[in-house]
Amino acid sequence: MKPKKRTILLAFYFGLLFLPIYWMLNMSLRTNADILSVLTLYPTDPTLVNYIKIFTDPSWYSGYINSMIYVAMNTTISLTVALPAAYAFSRYRFVGDKQIFFWLLTNRMAPAAVFLLPFFQLYSTLGLIDTHIAVAMAHCLFNVPLAVWILEGFMSGIPREIDETAFIDGYSLPRFFITVFIPLIRAGVGVTAFFCFMFSWVELLFARTLTVTDAKPIGAIMTRTISATGLDWGLMAAAGVLTIVPGALVIWFVRNHMAKGFALGRV
Amino acid sequence: MEKWDNNNAWFLVLPVFIIVAFSAIIPLMTVVNYSVQDIFGPGERIFVGSEWFKETLANRRLHEALWRQFLFSGLVLLIEMPLGVMIALAMPKRGWGVSFSLVTLALPLLIPWNVIGTIWLIFTRPDIGLFGFIINSMGIAFDHTASPLDAWITLMLMEVWHWTPLVVLLAYAGLRAIPEVYYQAAKIDGASAWATFRYIQLPKMRGVLTIALLLRFMDSFLIYAEPFVLTGGGPGNSTTFLSIYLVKLAVGQFDLGPAAAFSIIYFLIVLALCFVFYQVLQNVGKGERV
Repeated sequence: MKPKKRTILLAFYFGLLFLPIYWMLNMSLRTNADILSVLTLYPTDPTLVNYIKIFTDPSWYSGYINSMIYVAMNTTISLTVALPAAYAFSRYRFVGDKQIFFWLLTNRMAPAAVFLLPFFQLYSTLGLIDTHIAVAMAHCLFNVPLAVWILEGFMSGIPREIDETAFIDGYSLPRFFITVFIPLIRAGVGVTAFFCFMFSWVELLFARTLTVTDAKPIGAIMTRTISATGLDWGLMAAAGVLTIVPGALVIWFVRNHMAKGFALGRV
Repeated sequence: MEKWDNNNAWFLVLPVFIIVAFSAIIPLMTVVNYSVQDIFGPGERIFVGSEWFKETLANRRLHEALWRQFLFSGLVLLIEMPLGVMIALAMPKRGWGVSFSLVTLALPLLIPWNVIGTIWLIFTRPDIGLFGFIINSMGIAFDHTASPLDAWITLMLMEVWHWTPLVVLLAYAGLRAIPEVYYQAAKIDGASAWATFRYIQLPKMRGVLTIALLLRFMDSFLIYAEPFVLTGGGPGNSTTFLSIYLVKLAVGQFDLGPAAAFSIIYFLIVLALCFVFYQVLQNVGKGERV
């Protein structure tokens, strides 16, 4: 392809990529009555009334806080347990290593719908329904295997001579791991955190089922409010626009490492 | 380089094992338990053996959902893979365009799945949606709430919009890993753009493309939230995929026995596909470094 044709194709594609998002943004800046009365390509009378409602009504903005809390919890748990395990998989051979690795992978692929009801009962029994930790734990089902998988890829790229030299120099395993090894793979840790964040943030089925009011994610609040007030398209669009913001911020921070995470093909 | 033999490494894996087992094994046991019992209420249950499995395997609606699911996943792959590779080839190789493109591409991937459904609901409605409005004003009646075909078209558009960037990102990463000397050699030989693609780029992307193919297949096979928001499985049952049907059965109708039997069958299908996935990945790793 000639450079010019290539740029046009790409610009066209990015245009298509932005168009539905732009349309939602357009809706979010208009009142419901305005939306239903006339179709315009841009808000003729832009208003922030939908956003103001979301930021002043606790039943709305608490949804964002809830989502952030369980996503942060999940990312922390996933990274903490996955780091040592990924090290074990990348460095040692032990009984059942390949089987365990495959078993972990199957959980990344497990259909959420299958686990829905059992999870509800499990967390009811434990009295954890409607808590952030319940959602964070449920998301560990797919995020912990994912984290192990990505980290193992990054760790295997570090030559084992580094470990050997450090041990000869008298480092203990934990000290070596924290002071030498983790700094070496910090890009990998960042990429892993990004993917844990991403999959926990976009998941809704578990998050909706395991919460009632106190820990309800923003996605579930959106659907609930629709049925309660009829359809307020403007409000729904504004809530949708706000769910894109955290993701966009996170991408900006990992943009240079992201391609490498994808290159390992372990998403 | 050989790995070190050391069974103490198990202690490092233990936390992961406990957490995942807690989330995976205990719930699966519950499902197995339900699949062989008929439950009337608390404490009232009888053992029914394989009855639910026989019923589920003979269920016509489930067969339909399964074929629908394979059709959907097949179409997704047919559209997204070539499109993704094409766009990856058109991406800039250096400069500010790279960061911009990467961030733009990753954006749809970070939108919660039900919001994806909402975006497309707003975008394709005939009264307030740009897409629906344009199509209808061209004289084509388009309404995804009434016509199964329109519902499928909308779903496919949404799916392609949502996930093609993943294929692009993977393919792009694969392209970037090709050393510049290959291109120089091709240039000296006077290779056409097509020949360069066919004999250099495509073989070098084999690894990442295999991964993209399998990931897209698996994830589209498990799709739930987006069609749930957009069409709710309708009109009729025309977009009721496996996950949607399962949730309807389990939560909607509270048929625990059949739902559990269905879950196990569904899970076994996924497990079989996953095993193939794993084998292929292992071989890709052995062949050439990605």
